[in-house]
Amino acid sequence: MTRISVTVDGVKYSDDVEPRTLLVHYLRENLGKVGTVIGCDTSNCGACTVHLDGRSVKACNVLAVQADGHEVTTIEGLAEGGQLHPMQQAFHEHHALQCGYCTPGMIMQAIDILKDNASPSEEQIRAGLEGNLCRCTGYHNIVKAVSAAAEAGAGSKAGE
Amino acid sequence: MSVSPDALVEIAEEVQDQQPEDSGSGREIGNRRLRKEDQRLITGRTKWTDNIVLPGMVHLAMVRSPFAHARITGIDTSAAAEAPNVIGVYTAADFPEGLGVCANAWPITPDQVTPDHLPMVGERVACAGEIVAVVAARSAAEARDAAELVDVDYDELPAVLDGMEALKDEVLAHPDKGTNKSAFWKLDSAEAGTGGNVDEAVAAAREDGIVIEREYRQQRLVPAFMEPRSTVVDPTGEQVTMWTSTQVPHILRFLIAATTGMPESKVRVIAPDVGGGFGGKLQTTPEEFITLAVARRLGKPAKYTETRSESLLSAHHGRDQYQKLTLSATKDGTVTGLKVDLVANLGAYVAIVGGGVPVLGAWMFNAIYKFPAYQFNCQTVLTNTTWVDAYRGAGRPEATYAIERIMDELAAEVGVDPLEIRERNWIKHEEFPFTSVAGMVYDSGNYEAATARAKELFGYDELRAEQKARRESGDPVQLGIGVSTFTEMCGLAPSRVLGQLSYGAGGWESASIRMLPTGKVEVITGTSPHGQGHETAWSQIVADRLGVPFEDVEVLHGDTQVAYKGLDTYGSRSLVVGGEAVVRAADKVIEKAKAFAAHLLEANADDLEFSGGRYAVKGTDKGIGITEVALATFASHNYPEDLEPGIDADATYDPVNFSFPHGTHLCAMEVDTETGASRMRRYVCVDDIGHIINPLIVEGQIHGGLVQGIAQALWEEAVFDDNGTLVTGSFVDYTLPTAADTISFVTENTTSPSTTNTLGTKGVGEAGTIASTPAVVNAIVDALRDRGINDIQMPCTPHRVWSAIQGAGGAMATPAEGQPHFHEDAPTNADPGTTGEGSAQ
Ligand code: FES
Ligand code: FES
Repeated sequence: MTRISVTVDGVKYSDDVEPRTLLVHYLRENLGKVGTVIGCDTSNCGACTVHLDGRSVKACNVLAVQADGHEVTTIEGLAEGGQLHPMQQAFHEHHALQCGYCTPGMIMQAIDILKDNASPSEEQIRAGLEGNLCRCTGYHNIVKAVSAAAEAGAGSKAGE
Repeated sequence: MSVSPDALVEIAEEVQDQQPEDSGSGREIGNRRLRKEDQRLITGRTKWTDNIVLPGMVHLAMVRSPFAHARITGIDTSAAAEAPNVIGVYTAADFPEGLGVCANAWPITPDQVTPDHLPMVGERVACAGEIVAVVAARSAAEARDAAELVDVDYDELPAVLDGMEALKDEVLAHPDKGTNKSAFWKLDSAEAGTGGNVDEAVAAAREDGIVIEREYRQQRLVPAFMEPRSTVVDPTGEQVTMWTSTQVPHILRFLIAATTGMPESKVRVIAPDVGGGFGGKLQTTPEEFITLAVARRLGKPAKYTETRSESLLSAHHGRDQYQKLTLSATKDGTVTGLKVDLVANLGAYVAIVGGGVPVLGAWMFNAIYKFPAYQFNCQTVLTNTTWVDAYRGAGRPEATYAIERIMDELAAEVGVDPLEIRERNWIKHEEFPFTSVAGMVYDSGNYEAATARAKELFGYDELRAEQKARRESGDPVQLGIGVSTFTEMCGLAPSRVLGQLSYGAGGWESASIRMLPTGKVEVITGTSPHGQGHETAWSQIVADRLGVPFEDVEVLHGDTQVAYKGLDTYGSRSLVVGGEAVVRAADKVIEKAKAFAAHLLEANADDLEFSGGRYAVKGTDKGIGITEVALATFASHNYPEDLEPGIDADATYDPVNFSFPHGTHLCAMEVDTETGASRMRRYVCVDDIGHIINPLIVEGQIHGGLVQGIAQALWEEAVFDDNGTLVTGSFVDYTLPTAADTISFVTENTTSPSTTNTLGTKGVGEAGTIASTPAVVNAIVDALRDRGINDIQMPCTPHRVWSAIQGAGGAMATPAEGQPHFHEDAPTNADPGTTGEGSAQ
């Protein structure tokens, strides 16, 4: 067991974890942050995407101990004061989700795309989402949502 | 606390005052309403089954066979049982009473060979991934670690994997059955009295006409829903509760009771948030039965969540058919007959509707065309592979692919545009209702309108001109245009028809409407959505019907204790059947409430008119709102003596016919003839799905469907090696399309309402998947047809396309690589047609 301290969605946690524990399991099982989900066992699907110190990572690809001393933001920590993040709002408005299983990861990844490029082209959005699988939407509306969020200036918010 | 009825009236009035002005005005249907479901999903406040944690819960891990076919000679669980925090290790022998049965609900013939499909096996495994033991431990990680320690001795047996190999009966998937042939099913239009004799039609065309014979391969696919399957069972208390990631909570509850002997009333099944299904979650699974058995054995809640690798191997697969088509036509391209021979690989067991899925094609191969003679033969076979069942479209994509491919071949043979050959043969809009050669009554449709609109949006003529220019200039990147004018049958299904087909259940759907005293409305539906947006769409329907605000309608589903009656969600049935049940329940509420309204208004019921949520006395300004009536019946202080105080209503709707959505899909593909790589340039579809409740949801369904169909054409295939090991056992090898692989689509609709349901809807869940696969392959073949290429086997990978180009030296293409044929001496895939000259234009 190793002692770690992690700030998740603004709250500081200290826990003893097995060194092999993946960040995604730590979030779900230790902290009850079940908004972040698991879709594969090969780091292909991106369903588990969260932000580590403000940049997107696949939480199944990071050990909990690697997050020690760092800050994690999950889908549950995005909305502030009851106000949806512009990316969440854009996903809603453009019907960018159906079953919603890929959605937490998609939204976290989409925000990350805008951090690098506040007004990406369709091609750049598609390339940026390549590591996130969705079986329901055919990506059409996800791409639309990300580009609408970018137009609405979500990039500046993302950069905060 | 007690509340006086008067206080309730005040509350209700207050509530009514808060209602937005424009609601309840009969304008919800057709609105692009944003989904009610979204809030919890975009904020992570979700209820996936794997999120559930209960006191004392144990976690399960399955021990699965690595072999496709083997005898089990010993299982040693002692090391696993000793492992840290292991609560129990069980094999089939630990459940002498059995654990239930993964039943086949649709034996397609009375003598169908149906091997027993038990959740856990003790003697012989018939496919890789079959479960031989289960470990229960305090954590999932400990359960998995311990599962590695279970020592199983296997004696490997010869395995048969391929459908055509299975047909030979040389290696048997189930030696005790004596054959791999499960069932043979036939539809012949001459015998059925729905058309002529196909053999005569083909013979006549061989004399003086065109006969085209083709073999197509429907590769095996994996539904690959994004949420891995998960089941939690809580056996504490009087009733056992199962949360499970399923499309079919009602069917599952029924089959648990029917196959375990548990009283149905003691079982509650809940489908909480379910992350996609596409048919892949309409099974009653070994994992569900095992989790139930272990939880009951331990008296503790138990959870099982599969890994993605387990999911790809053990959740049922889709498609996997060999198709042979013989099409006859006159020289001008008017079709005269169609004969279809199918071999469908069912995998190791006949899944819940596994045998029936290919048979659904019987009514679909003839598609929108006026074949005077038709025959459909389907042989299902058992193999030592993962069992196969419904995957988005279920039987209809397979049929549509083959007919839409061969119509292109006919066009090429005749030397006309693929759209022209279709128009020559399709049912004209003035000919509806039309009884097809397969005996289906197509109630409505307008193929001309959808096609005209699609051509316009696509820029058909311009793209044809560009294609010509590229051909003439010898551009290494050639352009191909693919056409698919599909239809499908949705709205499964009239119960009487299902009865005639020996299907194990009906096709009705149920709905209830509860009028709450505060003016809110609860709609209980027997459908079980997992991404389709029923909460939103059903709210729109009820808001319009009852004249209440959209926001005041709550849709409850997926819990057998709340929605006690239902037949769940698959086969594009939910709106067409379930939505209609909702309409009927609402109409019953309106009718019931009318008597109360008349009483309260001291008027004659015949003098009342209901509109916008209000009963008005004709010709006066007197009236009362339906929610006021609901409150009055709750208080029950004043109501007609001959009535019960209540206006809630249930309805069960059994459809009278299927519905027949159709559409025209056009796809432009650029094919690099030097590398074989193809790139989608443009995709336009115009779908006629009848009246639309919510265009936003419809577009989403189409987009998602398109990409699944395109994925079959270009990327996906479940591949077993010679030993029966699934090579594509993870997302590294089973390549789902990503955002970077796909493009944005142009979607539109034309409308010819269904005449068999009140809403005029037809269903949309599967349309995109059914239509897009042939559109894409037709486009690729079209790009290369001048090189003599007339088929490429799916998925059309760059390697396959490149190989076809390399092999296409002369007038004929090489047959699609590695494709076994129906008979050794059968024409190859590059069958040249009657002229013997190949079909190059
Ligand atoms: S769970 Fe699939 S990438 Fe992390
Ligand atoms: S919305 Fe279902 S996987 Fe993306």
